[in-house]
Amino acid sequence: MTQLADKPTAKELDSSQLIGLLRQMMLIRRFEEKAAEMYAKQRIAGFLHLYNGEEAVAVGAISALNSDDHIFTHYRDHGHALARGIEPRRIMAELFGRETGVSRGKGGSMHLFDVERSFMGGYAIVGGHLPLACGMALANQRLGNGRIVLCIFGDGAVNEGEFHESLNLAAVWKLPVLFLCENNFYGMGTDIRRVSAVIEIYKRAAAYAMPAEQVDGMNVLEMYQAVQRVAQGVRAGNGPAFLEAICFRFRGHSMADPEFYRRKEETERWRELDPITTFHRKLEQDGVIDEPAFQSLQAEIEEIVNEAVQFAAESPEPPPEALYDDVYAQERD
Amino acid sequence: MAEIAFREALRQTMREALLADDRVVMIGEDIGAYGGSYAVTKGLLEEFGPERIMDSPISESVVVGCGIGAAMGGLRPMIELMTINFSLLAFDQIVNNAAKLSYMSGGQISVPMIIRMASGAGSQLAAQHSHSLEGWYAHIPGIKVAVPYSPRDARGLLRTAFSEPNPVIFIEHTALYARKGEVPDGDYTIPFGQAEVLREGSDVTLIGYSGSVHQASQAAELLAESGCHAELLNLRTLRPLDVEAIITSVRKTHRAVVVEDDWKFGGFAGEIAAIIMEGAFDNLDAPVARVCGADVPIPYAKALEQAALPSAQQIADAALELM
Repeated sequence: MTQLADKPTAKELDSSQLIGLLRQMMLIRRFEEKAAEMYAKQRIAGFLHLYNGEEAVAVGAISALNSDDHIFTHYRDHGHALARGIEPRRIMAELFGRETGVSRGKGGSMHLFDVERSFMGGYAIVGGHLPLACGMALANQRLGNGRIVLCIFGDGAVNEGEFHESLNLAAVWKLPVLFLCENNFYGMGTDIRRVSAVIEIYKRAAAYAMPAEQVDGMNVLEMYQAVQRVAQGVRAGNGPAFLEAICFRFRGHSMADPEFYRRKEETERWRELDPITTFHRKLEQDGVIDEPAFQSLQAEIEEIVNEAVQFAAESPEPPPEALYDDVYAQERD
Repeated sequence: MAEIAFREALRQTMREALLADDRVVMIGEDIGAYGGSYAVTKGLLEEFGPERIMDSPISESVVVGCGIGAAMGGLRPMIELMTINFSLLAFDQIVNNAAKLSYMSGGQISVPMIIRMASGAGSQLAAQHSHSLEGWYAHIPGIKVAVPYSPRDARGLLRTAFSEPNPVIFIEHTALYARKGEVPDGDYTIPFGQAEVLREGSDVTLIGYSGSVHQASQAAELLAESGCHAELLNLRTLRPLDVEAIITSVRKTHRAVVVEDDWKFGGFAGEIAAIIMEGAFDNLDAPVARVCGADVPIPYAKALEQAALPSAQQIADAALELM
């Protein structure tokens, strides 16, 4: 059932919750490093878009939601899926194209779905999922179930018509949706300054009379705090809200990207702000975590990730007869 | 059984669905206060209020996408797009989301929604309001495509659409809205994938759907005057398609003329011709003929517009050439 109580503020988080945030970011990082390794070994095919560097956005934002709030996201979706608590082994199995994958091997890296966890999918037509998030929010509003929708997209989506159509509709119908733009400054390989008239993306929400602000997406606590606060208003029926998370992806657009379009120095500068090392350091300084505890966390994550790979590798591929399954839904309640 | 107009049959069926299921909501441009650009939804806002009958911004893509999301979230949305020409603005939502979500989620998601749109020429609305693109939608696995001809079809198919767990593209030819016919009351439904033999004959099968059935029906009358007995098939849905009805009829008549308002090149009539070749090649006494819209954007001037559409005479001539 719906948890209507508000989440704790960032200041109210206890040690285990803080370590939980660090753990989730480390899991995403390690999971994706392993996925890249498996891609290089050709165990994973297709496109593989890594979230490396942006972990604080997913972990901060999703931890600040209720577990039954809906999430719609884009194709760089491993981090969001893991932050929502989907089992790493079922995500890895999906990347391997196995029957045991979250989408039964039909979706792949870009289309992770786990409806039981209200994870409504990764979408690979840029901007195409924003209208869906509005619709889900409309359903939540009508059903009065107290659930809100987190809709995550990149800076590349904001010049799509659907971005504007969706913000307008959400505002005019006061839909309970929180738009979260991950501004990592590059739409694939194109610098935002070359293609956007207004590069401070949150300002665009003003055109739809929507409250909006910019957040440090490299800082998990700031992300958490912003979403925790803004989600309250959205849940209370005040209408949609907009957050722009400033962040950076440390690796290429996908595994196929040689990164000709940006200078190594830029990436190196951002790496100094690595959301995991900075947060780890903070927790150390605050006496929340010591070296042995950190090492055991690392070991635990290593085991989870290795187990995920083993599970994926040992899982069967979808049988040929599954080809025609689920083109159409069979039942209606 | 009452005799009512096609649009009235649609409205009655919608009203019943709205009364029967609180989850049914209707979203579209000018469907509420204006009453619908073809007056199909007239009176529904007054009866059901703005939370059920929602006037939308002119934003086809988000309107359809919102319907998809609402269906995922437990509502039963019906979307009205004024015309199939405008639906192209929402084509991405229909093709990449509505049609694929069940499959790419491994069966976790279903999208029970109806997307209605008007189609067809004949009112001098020119090139951006008059096209018939039914075949484009029929091309796509994951959606269903209903193309009613009669008021009876309108009711029977729409009732089935409301009980569908999948997205249904429901296409209404504008020339049919005012046409009257007998419509059964009560639980009457027409299952998808069942064509109707509107007229039995032994010499040639005329195959049409939606508005083109009307011209094909007139052609059958002309043919009868020449002593040619045409069988007339109303397809009712393009996806699923009643292949068996087509093959059964052609095996009997040995000849077929496929009629549609849409362009011939790369169109659905060609698909039907191929299906006949695959299923009844040995039964054919002549090549399958197609009578389709002219290979041009629909012009405004009345005579030119009429020349761009299949006529009863063209259909009859095409049939006679097969004899």
